[in-house]
Amino acid sequence: MPVERLGGFRTGREDEGSEEELRRGLLLTSLDRAVSWARKQSMWPVTFGLACCAIEMMATGAGDYDLSRWGMELFRASPRQADLMIVAGRVSQKMAPVLRTIYDQMPEPKWVISMGVCASAGGMFTNYAVVQGVDTIVPVDVYVPGCPPKPEMLMYGILRLHEKVRTEGTVR
Amino acid sequence: MRPDELAERVRPRYPDVLVARGEAIAVVERDRIREALEELRADQEVRLDFLSDLTAADWPGRAPRFWLSYGMYSMEHRHRLRVKVGLPGEDPRIDSVVPLYPTADWLEREVFDLYGIVFEGHPDLRRILMPEGWEGHPLRKTEELGGVNTRYRGTFVPPVDRRIP
Amino acid sequence: MSDPAHDPRPLRDPAELDDPLSTAEVRQETMVINMGPQHPSTHGVLRLLLELDGETILSCRPIVGYLHTGIEKNTEYRTWQQGVAFVTRADYLSPFFNEVAYCLAVERLLGITAPPRAQVLRVLFCELNRIASHLVWLATAGMELGAISVMLYGFREREQILDLFEAATGLRMNHSYVRIGGVVMDLPGDGLQRVEGLLRMLPGRIGEYETLLSRNPIWLERNVGVGRLPAEDALRWGVTGPILRAAGDPRDVRKDEPYCGYETYEFDVPVREDADCYARFEVRIEEMKQSLRIVEQCVERLREPGPVMIEDPKLRWPAQLEVGPDGIGNSSAYVRHIMEESMEALIHHFKMVTEGIGVPEGEVYQPVESPRGELGYYVVSDGGHRPYRVRIRDPSFVNLQAVPQMMEGGLVADAIAVISSVDPVMGGVDR
Repeated sequence: MPVERLGGFRTGREDEGSEEELRRGLLLTSLDRAVSWARKQSMWPVTFGLACCAIEMMATGAGDYDLSRWGMELFRASPRQADLMIVAGRVSQKMAPVLRTIYDQMPEPKWVISMGVCASAGGMFTNYAVVQGVDTIVPVDVYVPGCPPKPEMLMYGILRLHEKVRTEGTVR
Repeated sequence: MRPDELAERVRPRYPDVLVARGEAIAVVERDRIREALEELRADQEVRLDFLSDLTAADWPGRAPRFWLSYGMYSMEHRHRLRVKVGLPGEDPRIDSVVPLYPTADWLEREVFDLYGIVFEGHPDLRRILMPEGWEGHPLRKTEELGGVNTRYRGTFVPPVDRRIP
Repeated sequence: MSDPAHDPRPLRDPAELDDPLSTAEVRQETMVINMGPQHPSTHGVLRLLLELDGETILSCRPIVGYLHTGIEKNTEYRTWQQGVAFVTRADYLSPFFNEVAYCLAVERLLGITAPPRAQVLRVLFCELNRIASHLVWLATAGMELGAISVMLYGFREREQILDLFEAATGLRMNHSYVRIGGVVMDLPGDGLQRVEGLLRMLPGRIGEYETLLSRNPIWLERNVGVGRLPAEDALRWGVTGPILRAAGDPRDVRKDEPYCGYETYEFDVPVREDADCYARFEVRIEEMKQSLRIVEQCVERLREPGPVMIEDPKLRWPAQLEVGPDGIGNSSAYVRHIMEESMEALIHHFKMVTEGIGVPEGEVYQPVESPRGELGYYVVSDGGHRPYRVRIRDPSFVNLQAVPQMMEGGLVADAIAVISSVDPVMGGVDR
């Protein structure tokens, strides 16, 4: 919010009310809200791109649909330094234990976005090889459908997750 | 060489040869597969020196049941020949061609993994696409497509409408 | 089942290395490191077991299968036309090639040919897809070797191409555009202008990449002399595509076994002699330029109108599709026709969509030249309405077998350069 300048020049100290203080840039809040706001402002995803959705995730991080506007362009390779896992792509039976291990290695608080129908529900591959939804393995916060979801759809999912983080409170 | 010329060239030694849809296909008995591929490579007019694909198909109603298909290509003459071998259902074994064509390494492992055909003489025959310890050979026609039930590390997760909350 | 770390094949002898500080001698042990399957630089879910002596790789065992999706088995349970939707997701960076190869194979089984305009559209989209795939390769290769801005530039160009794909097919990736008998829709009204816009913009951008990388000392240091694979070894391993062409062998399926009318287009196949990562880089950059040449020729041929799907009502896809604001779907004129005007058309549409077409018995192998090498489809039919066997001979699956030879004896950092120069797409490797 831009600082409003009143007509006339103010010098020295005057007796100001709280509205004046607010307009000067001071904010009152609760610790809970401040921490939630900080958490959502720069969530770092862990690189968990598996298949076609990974390419769309990279496109979302690239220049045209920039994830850097929300502080998320830094995809951490190590799960110990990340707090968001975007499961992008079909999860095969061989990959499922790896997925769980990576999820366990992430420190709290952590969130999971299941990107694409293959991660959310098995997609078009209802067969022996694909896990029918990663929510059978890890708890998912936001499901983003699509095959693959356009970058705008993934961004919408990320923004909904940010809303969730901002409003749900830090005590879980 | 055109497919029919190639078929004629190959027919004296392997009489079971046909030309279909612009391709030459030769059927070879399973005991002669290495000898056949060596001969086909040594013959200067035929010179099939590139193994492009090795795969199998399962015909459960027929005998032989499994049909391996070796897609051979000649770099010099730019023609193709498909060599097919029939294997019985109860004991599908065949000599490995890895000593002739190193590219067959992973291709044979994949056929073993998905069909259960054993390649004797393969340096390292184990599963490549399915997890270690998987039971069954998924691409056989007698196996189900599978699906909605998730098997994971010893536990079993039924489909969504049958999960007990 | 045997443990992959104790592979029975012989390893390189540490005594052959002339490094006086070799850990094998000093500490009497070597280190086994696992790279992947979750790794920022392995192009998807590839796992490498590296045995290291200090920084030198003694042996490398690639382990694949982490993306196995059962596409081949799934196609046996769906109709022939639905196979296109499955098959397009195998090698997801070059979906048009998968579709074209599958449809060409099925058309050969049926004994039909798609109309000429459909063939030109197939060539146009395949070549644009080749450029888009090489741009992803360039972006990820640059990023993995440290040139992070190349990543952003590569995806910027790719977005322009994907905009055209979206306008023409309704989807950015995994379009089910090429169907049995032709393509499903013609270009939109402004399609040719868009392609011409791409033709004006892309040569300059590719020139920018060359300016940025071709004489860059760091790029040269990391790529020249790294990952050598001479042509005879490449052929023994079954390697095709840019890796083989960078080793001196000019094999290209478009020239040797032409399909879709490629014999009528003028283009060159770039070949280099050095067989290292830098030669593969040069080959791919040159391939992008040659693809632009082909696209120019396609644009000239697309100026006259024509049908894009065969006429035979028993085989053609029944609907007229169009791209609307909510994506691709049946055009409203067609919906009105089947719902209000003609009962036979509705029945026919219903039958074609649910039961599908019948394909005569037989088998066929159709190769195409994908950005990674020879992509082949071996399709077997038993005369029914469903495929009996669809086998995808993926180039990345076979190319990855050559990776140990390229890596052993090199440094760990070279491993990244080698993998990115091979450009594997794990969707194709594992299917």
